[in-house]
Amino acid sequence: MSEFALIMLSAVLVNNFVLTKFLGICPFLGVSRKLETAVGMSLAVLFVMTLASTASWLVQQFILIPFDLMYLQTIFFILIIAVLVQFIEMLIHKSSPVLYQALGIFLPLITTNCAVLGVALLNVQQEQTFMTSALYGFGSALGFALVLLLFAGLRERIDKAPVPEAFKGSAVSLITAGLMSLAFMGFSGLVKV
Amino acid sequence: MNILFAVLLLGGLALLAGIVLAIASRVFHIEGDPMMERIDAVLPQTQCGQCGYPGCKPYATAVASGEVDVNKCVPGGERAMLAIADLMGVPPKEVEEEAAPPMLAYIREDECIGCTLCIKACPVDAIIGAPKQYHTVVESHCTGCTLCVEPCPVDCIDMLGKPEVLEEWTWSAPGKSRLVIEDSAEGETHVRAA
Repeated sequence: MSEFALIMLSAVLVNNFVLTKFLGICPFLGVSRKLETAVGMSLAVLFVMTLASTASWLVQQFILIPFDLMYLQTIFFILIIAVLVQFIEMLIHKSSPVLYQALGIFLPLITTNCAVLGVALLNVQQEQTFMTSALYGFGSALGFALVLLLFAGLRERIDKAPVPEAFKGSAVSLITAGLMSLAFMGFSGLVKV
Repeated sequence: MNILFAVLLLGGLALLAGIVLAIASRVFHIEGDPMMERIDAVLPQTQCGQCGYPGCKPYATAVASGEVDVNKCVPGGERAMLAIADLMGVPPKEVEEEAAPPMLAYIREDECIGCTLCIKACPVDAIIGAPKQYHTVVESHCTGCTLCVEPCPVDCIDMLGKPEVLEEWTWSAPGKSRLVIEDSAEGETHVRAA
């Protein structure tokens, strides 16, 4: 149990995908303008990354290792994750319009985002078991969501703040992201996994 | 030989996935609301949100279900309104103008004669000054109601756009993502959450 807690803590804070590994920067900067869209994006990422890490573990164990095709990891993972996400998007569209409104538009956006592919590849590198890889995917997504929501909140306030002309817009956002990354460096050494 | 197997395996898997997705898109096909789609087709697709909905499609959905008037699309103007009214079979209505942004009254002090007429007109006591002295507007109290503009005998009051500042900005209340703009009988514009 404590192992699971350690994995979660490590994935959320210490090895945060956005601020420590610098994966998933595109949605981090692209969808953080409004807190509301950031919530939708976070939920979609949470779902896709958990799914991706379990699916890629299955592909790794039952296709790549038996047939000795490890060098095709990336392309296999992209294929499987993209198909699964696309399929589930259709399923959600049909079965739950409400859920589709909240998540649907974000799902195709992150089908094979670098963070999603990153979690799949890192899982394989770390030789996780099925449970721990699912947990690692979920924890990493949780870390992404935490950082995205914090950043969206900051940006909504920064939009109204008297920022010097030269720093307006993306510049001040990037500086803010950098400062957040510095702050998250403070967590390193908290857990060693 | 090894490479051939890898290509076949990946190609086969991709083919299988393509077939599964093709079947799924048939099985999970969504029948769109035909009325909503016809209304959406006449809207300008600017996604400006001036109707109070997040985009053209949500507005078309709302119109089709009858929960909102046909005249809310400002960019579409009269042409879009007439087309929608025709589709819905309802009488046409005049298109509303854009809601005015928040305003502040501003007194050009060197022209002010100190008549106190605007002070009496102000419903929120946002104008200060004594007889024969310059008057001025307390910005934090001014509601931008324009009632002081009419009484001024020398026309020295301007209505200026109110800048949004961090000190007055607040988080929007949770769960009220969709705002609907509606007009009351007094001609004031209210924004309420749907």
